[in-house]
Amino acid sequence: MIQINNISKSFKGRNIVSDISFTFETGKTNMIIGESGSGKTTLIRCMVGLNDPDSGDVLFDGRAFYELDFMGKKEIRKDIGMLFQGGALFDSQTVEQNVVFPLSMLTNLSESEKRDRANFCLKRVNLNNANKLYPSELSGGMKKRVAIARAIAVQPKYLFCDEPNSGLDPKTAIVIDNLIKEITEEYMITTIVITHDMNSVIEIGEKIMFIYKGEKWWEGSKEEILQTENKEVCDFVYATKFMKTLKSKFQ
Amino acid sequence: MNIFFHFGRYFLLMKRAFGKPEKISIYRDRVFEEMYILGVGSLGIVAIISVFIGAVITIQSAFSFSNPLVPIYAVGVAMRDSMILEFAPTIVSLILAGKIGSSIASEIGTMRVSEQIDALEIMGINSAGFLILPKIIAAVFFNPILTIFSMFLGILGGYIFGLMAGVVTDYEYIYGITYQFIPYDVTYALIKSAVFAFIMASVPAYHGYYTRGGALEVGQSSTKGVVYSFILILAFDLILTQLLLV
Ligand SMILES: Nc1ncnc2c1ncn2[C@@H]1O[C@H](COP(=O)(O)OP(=O)(O)OP(=O)(O)O)[C@@H](O)[C@H]1O
Ligand SMILES: [Mg+2]
Repeated sequence: MIQINNISKSFKGRNIVSDISFTFETGKTNMIIGESGSGKTTLIRCMVGLNDPDSGDVLFDGRAFYELDFMGKKEIRKDIGMLFQGGALFDSQTVEQNVVFPLSMLTNLSESEKRDRANFCLKRVNLNNANKLYPSELSGGMKKRVAIARAIAVQPKYLFCDEPNSGLDPKTAIVIDNLIKEITEEYMITTIVITHDMNSVIEIGEKIMFIYKGEKWWEGSKEEILQTENKEVCDFVYATKFMKTLKSKFQ
Repeated sequence: MNIFFHFGRYFLLMKRAFGKPEKISIYRDRVFEEMYILGVGSLGIVAIISVFIGAVITIQSAFSFSNPLVPIYAVGVAMRDSMILEFAPTIVSLILAGKIGSSIASEIGTMRVSEQIDALEIMGINSAGFLILPKIIAAVFFNPILTIFSMFLGILGGYIFGLMAGVVTDYEYIYGITYQFIPYDVTYALIKSAVFAFIMASVPAYHGYYTRGGALEVGQSSTKGVVYSFILILAFDLILTQLLLV
């Protein structure tokens, strides 16, 4: 469980995240949704210490992250798997090396065990035969999938995914969504998924937070989000013709 | 941005870079990798430049010493001293600072703007140590070797081209380069080259590490890294000469 209390962050006097509190539950896919630029990425960066929040605290299963020293933070980070919005693959390493890397740094597995684990993770994201390629030789969606494989390689207790299925075709997107849900339940991890995609919200969202202009505007379940009257949430949920049609069919 | 801010941040970064490595074996592999890239990869350029500069210094000194009162072997002496004291340690370091400094700054800068450094940090890895320390160790180890290499090739280049141009004879040149030779000069040169190596690896690494923005800023960091390395190398050249020779 990750609890955040009153997190605020501003850049150059502009409030990007304003006083957000939330509880991300273990074994569930917690989702953060909101318009582009609403502060979603900034919020999760504040949660893991990549940006220092101006105020607020973050509790990883009761351990207050910002009260820990450098070594204590490092210990928590070893339990975190993170998928960055841009992938952040290591350019100088092949696909396989990218996935093996955290295993080499953080575990004492043998070479063959590491390779097996990497191949297992790559298979789960539907990537076969790409082991020897470099990131520059991959498509955007393939990079994303390698990054997911790398994030889950060390079996994190906390998994942060910043737009895991942007840039993927609908079929692969569902595979990735379901993978995230499966490992979340299988290993009882606390998963946080940022997305724009209402499809994945409906597919795997369990606990949802809607951020609007840096504020927590709404929270609830996926059943609730389809029924809420909140104007900004409705504008977001029913932005596409598809969702609009769906809504009118149901009513 | 004031100078104290940069100094402070630079020293804090170095403190982190010299922190305890997560896995010694991986750091060791990284050091060998960097030695290959920074050291072996620079042999060619150092060789070419040293031979030519050696030749030019020899021929030029021969012309400026055309006074009949100056013995011809003085060409060898002048050649040896400028090669060992200044050219091999300092000029070679400046050239390498341009070559490897820009590559270090842009490599680390690109990793910063594409969040690869954040990815390392999230894995619980000390990114400063992992990225910067192996480069510093490799440079400090390899630059003195390149300096010795440069001394030999410079003196050899002077010999070959000096003879070909007919400005010195075989006997005078060799007499000159061995005349009152002070072995401490070589030690002095090696100390200088190690210090310069530290500068040329750490200063661009600092600029790369704190890059903000995108591709444009990576380019700017790389330029800054090289320019500040040059200035610092020249400043330390003066300081070390005062400390070690005078
Ligand atoms: N380092 C920074 N310095 C200044 N402003 C920043 C910085 N990082 C983010 N911002 C600003 O914060 C705002 C929110 O950015 P953020 O990346 O959190 O949005 P987001 O919700 O993740 O959007 P998207 O869905 O497009 O990824 C943006 O307006 C951006 O300009
Ligand atoms: Mg974002």
